[in-house]
Amino acid sequence: MARPGRNGAVDWLIFAVLLAGVIVSCGPFAWMLATSIKPDAEVFRFPPTLFTTDPQLDNYREIFSAIPFGRAFVNSLVVCIAITLAQLLVCSMAAYAFACLDFRGREPLFLIYLAALMVPPQVTIIPNFILVRSLGWIDTYQGLILPFAFSSFGTFLLRQYFKTIPKELIEAARIDGCAHWQIYLYIVMPLSRAALGALAIFAFVSQWNNFLWPLIVTTRPEMQTVTVALSTLQGQYNTDWPLLMTGSVLAVAPVIAVFILGNRSFIAGLTAGSFGGR
Amino acid sequence: MAGRGSLARRDAVAAWLFLAPSLVLFITFTGLPVVAAFLISFTQWDLFNPAKFVGLGNYMTLARDGIFGKVMGNTAYFVLASVPAQMVLGLACALALNRGIRGQTFFRVAYFLPVVTSTIAAALVWAWLFNSNFGLINALLSAFGITDPPRWLGSTTWALPAVIVVSVWQNVGYAMVLFLAGLQNIPKDLYDAGAIDGAQGWRRFYYITLPMLSPTTFFVLIISIIGSFQVFELVFVMTNAGPANATNTLVFYIYQNGFQFYQMGYASAAAMVLFLIVLIATLVQYRLQTRWVHYG
Repeated sequence: MARPGRNGAVDWLIFAVLLAGVIVSCGPFAWMLATSIKPDAEVFRFPPTLFTTDPQLDNYREIFSAIPFGRAFVNSLVVCIAITLAQLLVCSMAAYAFACLDFRGREPLFLIYLAALMVPPQVTIIPNFILVRSLGWIDTYQGLILPFAFSSFGTFLLRQYFKTIPKELIEAARIDGCAHWQIYLYIVMPLSRAALGALAIFAFVSQWNNFLWPLIVTTRPEMQTVTVALSTLQGQYNTDWPLLMTGSVLAVAPVIAVFILGNRSFIAGLTAGSFGGR
Repeated sequence: MAGRGSLARRDAVAAWLFLAPSLVLFITFTGLPVVAAFLISFTQWDLFNPAKFVGLGNYMTLARDGIFGKVMGNTAYFVLASVPAQMVLGLACALALNRGIRGQTFFRVAYFLPVVTSTIAAALVWAWLFNSNFGLINALLSAFGITDPPRWLGSTTWALPAVIVVSVWQNVGYAMVLFLAGLQNIPKDLYDAGAIDGAQGWRRFYYITLPMLSPTTFFVLIISIIGSFQVFELVFVMTNAGPANATNTLVFYIYQNGFQFYQMGYASAAAMVLFLIVLIATLVQYRLQTRWVHYG
């Protein structure tokens, strides 16, 4: 600040380095897109062409016949929306109890919920697989959805937010004869749109990108989610790079679109409460 | 008095009703499975025959298993290389953006893009970039006169570093966003006071920014360590743990034993090792953050 001339030069240098960094962070996406529209023959040319002069969209048609990719999209949408809605409901209800109600065992139970954040998902995946399998839920939506319908992280996030709602508001409603479900539904939830939005984004994106669980609880291609379909595609067409890049473009496009449209609430959601974990 | 007592009891009833859905789901899919995983780790179980109790057998086998030794070595290599890299780069980006540089929002979005991307899709495009015959990376290397570039994912030496590069690429943005939030929490007057005492440039960074940022740094460190120990999807897509287990890591090994070899007991024992590591990292954070970390 004291020496604008020098700082100006430093800032320009930093700006240039940051721009170079963008090539690294976003270059792979451009390469994905560029490869997906290349004619097959051009892909195996060395040195490679950066951008084709003969763009074509054949792969965007072929991918839907190579594997049930359209169905995988529907599956991912169904699963992600169901999990997001379930988490919003289940976590907000639990958070209401923890933040707004007095009952014996509240603190210990909350600590137990929090402790679950320390458990890596890979630890519970084997017993969960055995459970879901013995229920006959392999290749079903409930098998894909129910294990993720509750989240400790979401409960923690919403509880912190609910605690910032003035106690007087809730007490006044009680004096007016409101039942708890009415306070929850008509006062706490409408006031917490920001936190609910952050949780919704976090839940949707993490589920859209989730892989290991859908991989092990689906066997039929018709029940696969997008990420699993993509790995199946890799197994079947492992040298057909234009087709694989087409699948990748389609898998990342929805999330990137949502991200660029709402990047502020998006980043807030993904780093909410600094408890994160992707 | 009686009125207040019944009100409190009604509160308690309401509370348990509000908690019921989460309790059922939590007990079914987290609580019991944690206990079950621990118990299964003492058995030999392929899901088709009844489970057989083997005591500490799986843990003894793990200790003697040469592949598991290699897996733990790879995982340690992965963590030790990727965590410092993503933290240093994330901090550098955050410091650069925190200067109020023009285009801040654009850079934030651009650097955060890999974070929100499906790891499967990211791993696919990087596998293509690292392709030893037709990949862009080797094309660039040969353009710079390197006639004999590494075979990357096909090489026992270079496959793991390649996976590490992708992991760092994907996680820098996350560290950056956390560091940015930390930097913005440092009170401005500290810098003003420092300026009076002659703290400029590196001194200012070393004596003000770094100590004030330490809670964030510590948090990013622990989150990164925990995340790195769980690397799986990159390995699954890019190398399938090969060549010759050169990129086999802890979670891949759990997956492999559980869902390819159907050795549920052995996989659970390996999962318990992962659990222990994550538990230790979390407890260290909990215990030491008050001692090492400077809060403003």
